[in-house]
Amino acid sequence: MSIMQYNGSAIVAMAGKGCVAIAADKRLGQRALTVDTEFQKVFPITDRTYIGLPGLATDVKTLYDRFRMRVNLYKHNEERTIEPKTFSHLVSHMLYERRFGPYFVEPVVAGLDKNDEPYICGMDLIGCINFAKDFIVGGTASDNLYGMCESLWEPELGPEDLFETISQALLNAVDRDALSGWGAVVHIITPEGVITRDLKGRMD
Amino acid sequence: MDAQFAISGRDFVISVTDKGVARSIVKMKHNEDKTWQLSSHTLMSVSGEAGDTANFSEYIQGNVRLYSMRNSQDLSPSELANFIRGELAAALRSRSPSQVNLLVAGYDKGKDEAALYWIDYLSAMAKVPFAAHGYCGYFLYSVMDREYTPEITLEEAKALIKKCFEVLKTRFIVDFANYTIKVVDRNGTHEIRQDEL
Repeated sequence: MSIMQYNGSAIVAMAGKGCVAIAADKRLGQRALTVDTEFQKVFPITDRTYIGLPGLATDVKTLYDRFRMRVNLYKHNEERTIEPKTFSHLVSHMLYERRFGPYFVEPVVAGLDKNDEPYICGMDLIGCINFAKDFIVGGTASDNLYGMCESLWEPELGPEDLFETISQALLNAVDRDALSGWGAVVHIITPEGVITRDLKGRMD
Repeated sequence: MDAQFAISGRDFVISVTDKGVARSIVKMKHNEDKTWQLSSHTLMSVSGEAGDTANFSEYIQGNVRLYSMRNSQDLSPSELANFIRGELAAALRSRSPSQVNLLVAGYDKGKDEAALYWIDYLSAMAKVPFAAHGYCGYFLYSVMDREYTPEITLEEAKALIKKCFEVLKTRFIVDFANYTIKVVDRNGTHEIRQDEL
């Protein structure tokens, strides 16, 4: 088992019509042992950009702390908030800086840009960006998530339909993965604001 | 092969560690206190690699006390836990990582509530209602899951800890002779004897 599977996680982002959604499970484990069922893996970067960090839990926290510092510095230097695309490249660079001793996370970025257009992308642990127009998945349940998203996702979904789609995709993916689950959190990012909902899942 | 666990209620945390120090097949000591007082209302229990535990804990304790003296103010449990995690995470990717598992138990006087943080040797951190490290976790999480409620009182928590001892006695091959049991609440930290449970 690789270090990427040590703590367990499942994160998915989806693009809709003028909105994006990002969702994650809440489990923190040590291999098969569950330690925490309220572990945060998705973090707000700006009012309309979120990042999900599936992978090794220590790096989730370390990286979020570093991203927060860099985004605050950007805000002070540039006197504007960072765009999701710019932020993704910042993340990518910060990961590639550690090319031969990487942080063990596969980040998923979701946000709305200045024209209210959806932006989602994923990365591998050394920062290779994977830009997608439909959905991005990551974590120990990523194979399951690919299957669920391929069958449930459709273009031009509104906020409420997108919420339903991403929730069903995540919940059904984690139910067939032993290392993730124990409830989930979903963020729907719209031009009007972010809707955050907690989901109950199977607790086994 | 240490026993290290803790249970947190609304306004208290009970921390439990065994008192044994073993080296290979030899018991070196049976009265070691594996907890470290970081401030009047914060306690850190430590297990892991023999030299690292004392080395890392002394470093943390020293720096936390230095901060308190310089700023005439104690760090809250959450601030402390984040500081400790940061130091452990920095060490993890350095030439001299510390292999230590920690439980940070504290009472936040500002928020009027107890806090328990679980930090493993990789410096993954979680704020949890109850926690255990090492082999103990495989036996005790099931017991604590069944018995714990967020409204648990100190007396109920003591009874739960007794049940944990019972499970370790019957199912775990290691025989822990003595335990350090400490309570952190709004009055600070105090130790209770095993027969007072």
